[in-house]
This record gives sequence, C-alpha cells and structure tokens, in this order.
Amino acid sequence: MTAPLPTLQEARRALDSDETSSLELVSNSLDRAESIGSRLNLFLGTRDEAAMTAAEASDARRAAGEVRSPLDGIPVAIKDNMVQAGEPTTCASRILEGFISPYTSTVVERLEAAGAVIIGRTNMDEFAMGSSTEHSISGPAHNPWNPERSTGGSSGGSAGAVSAGIVPGALGSDTGGSVRQPASFSGVVGLKPTYGRVSRWGLVAYASSLDQIGVFARSAADAAWLLEAISGHDPLDSTSLPEPAPHCSEALDGNLSGLVIGLPREYFVEEGVDSRVLARVREAVGELERAGAKLRDVSLPHTDSAIATYYLIATAEASSNLARFDGVRYGHRAEGAHDLTDMYRRTRSEGFGAEVKRRILLGT
Amino acid sequence: MAHITREEVERVAALARLSLTDEEAERMADELDRILEFVQVLEQVDTEDVEPTSHVMPLRTPLREDRAAESLDPELALANAPAREGTAFVVPKVIEAEEEG
Repeated sequence: MTAPLPTLQEARRALDSDETSSLELVSNSLDRAESIGSRLNLFLGTRDEAAMTAAEASDARRAAGEVRSPLDGIPVAIKDNMVQAGEPTTCASRILEGFISPYTSTVVERLEAAGAVIIGRTNMDEFAMGSSTEHSISGPAHNPWNPERSTGGSSGGSAGAVSAGIVPGALGSDTGGSVRQPASFSGVVGLKPTYGRVSRWGLVAYASSLDQIGVFARSAADAAWLLEAISGHDPLDSTSLPEPAPHCSEALDGNLSGLVIGLPREYFVEEGVDSRVLARVREAVGELERAGAKLRDVSLPHTDSAIATYYLIATAEASSNLARFDGVRYGHRAEGAHDLTDMYRRTRSEGFGAEVKRRILLGT
Repeated sequence: MAHITREEVERVAALARLSLTDEEAERMADELDRILEFVQVLEQVDTEDVEPTSHVMPLRTPLREDRAAESLDPELALANAPAREGTAFVVPKVIEAEEEG
C-alpha cells in the first residue's frame, strides 16, 4: 500500500519542485482510498477516471507555468451531501439511490476552479443526522487511530480520510458539530466557518439556519488554504455574506498579540468534561498566551438552553427540507402504491433510516 | 404535562408522510414527549426585552433585476425521473376522498 499522502503545504512544495506530479498524488490517493479507505469504510464512491483526467490536466498546466492556486493538482474528498454534475450524491440514504446530480455545488465548482482534484465522496450519517457515522446505509466508518472506535460524525468519512492520509484535505458539513466533533475524534484540524461565509448552494440541506460547509486538514495552514478556496459571497445563496472573505492564510504568522479570546465558564466544569480533555485545553490556553493572546473569563448564560434550541430549530427545518424526498422526481420510489399519498408514505418510510424518520417526526 | 397520545403520533406521521410500525409508533410517543420537554426548558428563559431574531447576521434579502434568465434544462431535470412522459413526471393518481391530516 502506498504511503500516506503529504500535507497540502508539502504537496505544493513537491509539485513546484517537480519531486512529484498530480498524477502520482492522485493515483496514490485513489490507491489508499481503495485499500485503507475500504477497510475503514470511509468512502461511498470514488471517481477514478475523472480524477486521473483532472490530474493530467493539472500537470499540463504546471508544465505551462499556469498553476491556478496552491491547491492545483492536489487530491481532496467531499462529504456525500455536496452535489457534482454527472456524479451520484446519496447522503448515505436509500432514498437517493441512483440519483445523479444535474448541477454542481458552489464549493465543488470553486475547488475545481482552483485546480483541486476531487477523488470521491465520503461516508456520513444519513442526511447529516448523527454524530458517529453509524447511521449510514453503507455501514459505519471506522477510526484510523483504532478501527474499533468511531470516527465521530456526521462527517466521519471526511475526517477519517484526512486522518488516514488518503487525502490532505476534505470538505464536510456542520450543523450541530458535524465537522468539529469528528475532527476531534479523528485527530485532525476541523473548522466550521461563520454562518454565511461559505455558500450552501448545492449542499443538501438539513437545517438551513445552521448548516455550514467546513474543512478538514492536518494543519491550520492547510485548513486556511481550503477555506480560502471555497469562501466568499455567492449570489446563488441568499444567506451568503455579502462582504468578501478575508485571506486567513496571511494571518497565520504565529503572532497573536492584540487577540482577545474568551473562555466561557459554563464549559469549564468538572462534570461533563473528561479531566484529560480539560487538562489539554488548559495547555492550549497556555500556548495561546505565550503567542501573545489575552485570555478572558466570560459567560454564555444560555448554554444550558442550547440543546433544546438546537433540537427545536434543527428538527423543524429538517422536516421542511426533507419534504422534497417523495419519489416523484428522483431517487427511490416505492412500488405497489395505490395512490399518490400512499406512494409518498411508502417511499419515505422505505427510503429513510430510523434516525432520519425520528428527527422528521420531532420537527413536524 | 400531558403525554403525547398514539393518535397524535399517527397524526404527526401522516403530516410527515411517514408510515410507522406499531413498535415505531410506541417509541415515537416517548420521543415526542421529549420535544415538549425542550419547549418547557425554553419557556423558562426570560425574553421580555429580547427582540425576535430572524437571522444572526445583519442580512437583507438580496434582490436581483427582474430579468428572465436560463434555468435548468428540462431534459436534465427529468433525467432521474422514476417515470416520465414528455416533459412531465408521471405519478400514481391522486385520490378523490379528503384525507385527515
């Protein structure tokens, strides 16, 4: 089996010095996706031919001195809830079996415009509802650090793919922690951008007020490159922030003087937090202070209302958003229905998993 | 606080166009009770002087010029259809009788 892939920064250096080629990186990535990726059940599908073609095109661009961006030629993966024209999107659900998207999500368009090579779609909790990647029609994803353990979720496949060195970067989606939590479980960097920073056009919606596409990488610098490639206003997403996105890479000089960081006391409690986690966070606080940041004790007094708030908003929006899956225009359609309403009920009852049904009912 | 009844579960399921087995319906009654508990939690919060929030960012609905533009090609739109006829999706007939829910 091929060695783990380099980081985004390392890959860029190796490409620019001709130590490697996009063809080699992408071919290694696909190889690892097939070997370790299969064993850990991290992928729902790969697009080998299209990826190799894109890699060749990238190498040709590099030879002609026309590198498009730092990501040009580098393999990445996307969670299976971001559409791409001509490719399947399943959201790890039976109800989207056979669906081939007629259009491409903005984030995928931007990644491809940057020259990144999308090698495949990663495993997830069905319709992003879950925190373990166990609620998938394809079965659970396994943690590269210990296959008996969960990758976390719902973007567990993407987190695992980066953690296992299959790709240096991947996209996930985060509604109630689904990028941040699996990043933590899988030992990689995970970032959920501020709502509105990244376009949701082409992201299969779960809770529209909360959904954001986020990034997985092996360093903050790598995460910054990915975020920059996909961020910014999109006229196709009315919740997209109108201001241009900042160049966050430029801020990563290690100097944090002037930065004030709040530590909400409601989170630093003995019960509910593992003492080892608390210790690590305190170490990180020390590092931040040494880098020049000022840490302040603050309060988020409504913290204990967060779960209730999340459940009410997310499930209600999920109920509305998943109403479109009815067997009429795409995906699974139940057989033997005696009228339209019967067709809807059978299709949805057959097509949705238990957790999805639960959340739809709670939100209805 | 009243517990969700089996009838209410069935009614919610009908609204959501879902069919539940007896076992699922039993379990859902407890789940729906939890949602009511969440509502109670939020009712404890004093929102007397809080303005309703429709968005966390100061966004205004972006408008565009009222100009016709290209939209999705009908062939692409129909490409995944389980059943189609011309430029229409074909579905089972709608029944005459009015349905509860």
